[in-house]
Amino acid sequence: MAAITAVIPRPTSYAGVWGWMTTVDHKRIGVLYGLSALTLMLIAGIEAGVIRMQLASPDNGIIGGDRFNQMFTMHATVMVFMVIMPLSASFFNFVIPLAIGARDVAFPRLNALSYWLFLFGAILFHVSFLVDEVPDAGWFSYANLTEKPFSVNRGLDFWSLSLLVLGTSSVAAALNFIVTIINLRAPGMRLMRMPVFVWMTLITSILLVLAFPVITVGLIELTMDRNFGTHFFIPSGGGDPILWQHLFWVFGHPEVYILILPAMGIVSEVLPTFSKKPLFGYPFIIFSGIVIGMMGWAVWGHHMFTVGLGPVANSVFTITTMLIAVPTGVKIFNWIGTLWGGSIELKTPMLFALGFVALFIVGGLSGVSHAVSPSDFQQQDTYYIVAHLHYVLFGGSIFGLFSGVFYWFPKITGKMYEETWGKITFWLLFIGMNLTFFPMHILGLNGMPRRIYTYTQEYGWGDLNLLASVGYIVIFLGMLAFVVTIVKGLRSGVRAGHDPWDAPGLEWSISSPPPAYNFAEIPQVEGLDQYWIVKARAKADGQDRVPAEPAVDPNTIHMPSPSYWPIGIAVGTTLIAGGILSHFALSFVGGIFAFIGVIGWTNEPPTAPDPHHGSQH
Amino acid sequence: MWVFLGSDCLFFGSLIATYMVYRGQSLVGPYPVDIIDVPITTISTFVLLMSSFGMVQALSATIRNDQKAIQIWLLATAAMGAVFIGFQIYEFNAFKNEGLTLGANLFGASFFTLTGFHGAHVTLGVIWLLGLFVAARKGRLGPATSLDVEIMGLYWHFVDIVWIVIFTLLYLIGGFDAGPSVPPGG
Repeated sequence: MAAITAVIPRPTSYAGVWGWMTTVDHKRIGVLYGLSALTLMLIAGIEAGVIRMQLASPDNGIIGGDRFNQMFTMHATVMVFMVIMPLSASFFNFVIPLAIGARDVAFPRLNALSYWLFLFGAILFHVSFLVDEVPDAGWFSYANLTEKPFSVNRGLDFWSLSLLVLGTSSVAAALNFIVTIINLRAPGMRLMRMPVFVWMTLITSILLVLAFPVITVGLIELTMDRNFGTHFFIPSGGGDPILWQHLFWVFGHPEVYILILPAMGIVSEVLPTFSKKPLFGYPFIIFSGIVIGMMGWAVWGHHMFTVGLGPVANSVFTITTMLIAVPTGVKIFNWIGTLWGGSIELKTPMLFALGFVALFIVGGLSGVSHAVSPSDFQQQDTYYIVAHLHYVLFGGSIFGLFSGVFYWFPKITGKMYEETWGKITFWLLFIGMNLTFFPMHILGLNGMPRRIYTYTQEYGWGDLNLLASVGYIVIFLGMLAFVVTIVKGLRSGVRAGHDPWDAPGLEWSISSPPPAYNFAEIPQVEGLDQYWIVKARAKADGQDRVPAEPAVDPNTIHMPSPSYWPIGIAVGTTLIAGGILSHFALSFVGGIFAFIGVIGWTNEPPTAPDPHHGSQH
Repeated sequence: MWVFLGSDCLFFGSLIATYMVYRGQSLVGPYPVDIIDVPITTISTFVLLMSSFGMVQALSATIRNDQKAIQIWLLATAAMGAVFIGFQIYEFNAFKNEGLTLGANLFGASFFTLTGFHGAHVTLGVIWLLGLFVAARKGRLGPATSLDVEIMGLYWHFVDIVWIVIFTLLYLIGGFDAGPSVPPGG
């Protein structure tokens, strides 16, 4: 077996495209995640544009009902699984090792595997457009709409198989971050000294690891129903479509917190930095995060109030859902408390963080209103839900993540974006977002169901829908401004110092962009907000600013070597899934590919033998 | 590894839940009572449980650095796992001949999915054990690398424990289920 590793020489340098493909550096993987997610965001955003175009006026026939179904299915699935999650993962990758004072994640090659699985899963998903067999059953794909008799082409197979691939990627990444955070913290960084973003990543990762197996089972059962003749969700064979709903939402509700907790973590970093005071009530934020993580498992039934689970189940889920609003509310008060009396600097990351708090309050309040099951009976499957979920996912998650993009942009690139363009981006997105989604509250309460591709004049929904579509144009301009800001920042941004924001986190103590080895000397942590402690001490000693850690010769620090096995295994795994869609022979080839990859991987030492050290450790 | 096993718990939890929800809901035969053969599966269950003993011995030999014993016990554990898989293949084949297929009824679907995925786990474990056996033959296993064997052991014991649950629920409790307890539509 050692012969396999010897056939192709191990990659040694980080140069060129091949260097990116074989990289195991968490910072590069983070950048790859971020760029892929933002690209997919533009694709899914255009799908949203098609939806808004179709709904702009009554009795519109720009695209038919079938295309419309495909558009909202693709838009939602891509945004949830291939934009928000990987964008969060991008920050996990880039920031976590820096924030805890580590040189890399615990399993660098596994990290690369997660990224490639995600990318190939996303590509497999979009191949459905090329063969024009696009998934069209909504992002939660309720059975038995998804079964063969009702969904004849392979669209739903594309959906379930690519989600299986993406699920593998997420679970592998989450395992990696749990181990990294638990084992690789710098000396002195006790759990209650970790930055909030690290805490939220830990909770999110635990949720991921526990939630994804449930959807995996659901997806496997669906795939078997569609391809191998079982009847898990087909009533005519005795199956029960409600089981799918249970499996989906037992996963789906923790998933909601998987989407929002990283954004909450980012905001909890940004608000103190730009208020120049420590986070108010740090332990409360942490414990509310933990409580949200645990209670997130006890509320899935609120997605199913109208299914007919009975009054007892509905009451229980009403109560648990209202309870989970409490820790969320605690966090909001802590953020406001952080702002109180601070010297607030309205830079772009701060604007996005404030936008997050404001919009998340709106989304949270509408959320509580459908926690009450009687009122949910009125709101179920209307645009009121669409308004709610966009306030928490767009106004919440995306605003939080954008805040992170601008906050860490100087750290990632070493350059500064232009503040004016950043502010233009924020205001366009903020105004556009409210223009698009606020009218949907009213539309929903007026009875407009979601997922209809058109409506007649008499309902009187035309004006508000037109307003929402105009709002989309503003969002679109905001996204263009975002691209301009990033490109301008990359091309002609002024050099950012290592600590442009006077921030509290360890990642700001090293140069921007960080060297491959991160920290030449692993820092000693004395308390929360370590870098503020260091800077305060320097100030007391009469030093005005603390310089970045000086660079050292990279050859003196031993880093994991690049490897081509992760991308190989990812190709093999995706072929297995793709084979089920076309020819089983392809699955077989993919299986062999992945198997060879695993053997090569296990026989490859984590670091190549190094002339400078002469040993493998 | 513990975290991964936690994840796997939810995986099997969901599969077992599916089986339990659909227990006694099959509309057409064959029903469990017609085909489940408790005695034969008891033998294979016994073999699988004994393999856990082999795993413990392999780990203890690794810590003692007893090279000979490491190889013997790893191979024995893998062999017992393979025997279990052999029984399962025989069982699946026999069931198929008696008319129980994936598509026959809910019992078939949930039974084969659950035990099939368990079988896949055992198969993976056997391959992993053989990989360790190769490493042991090259003399790579010893007290310094005992964690490799310990992690394998965690996985193996986990797969065993899952089988105890499956055997109890599907064979000892569910194995004598006849047709639908409620007539169709009732």
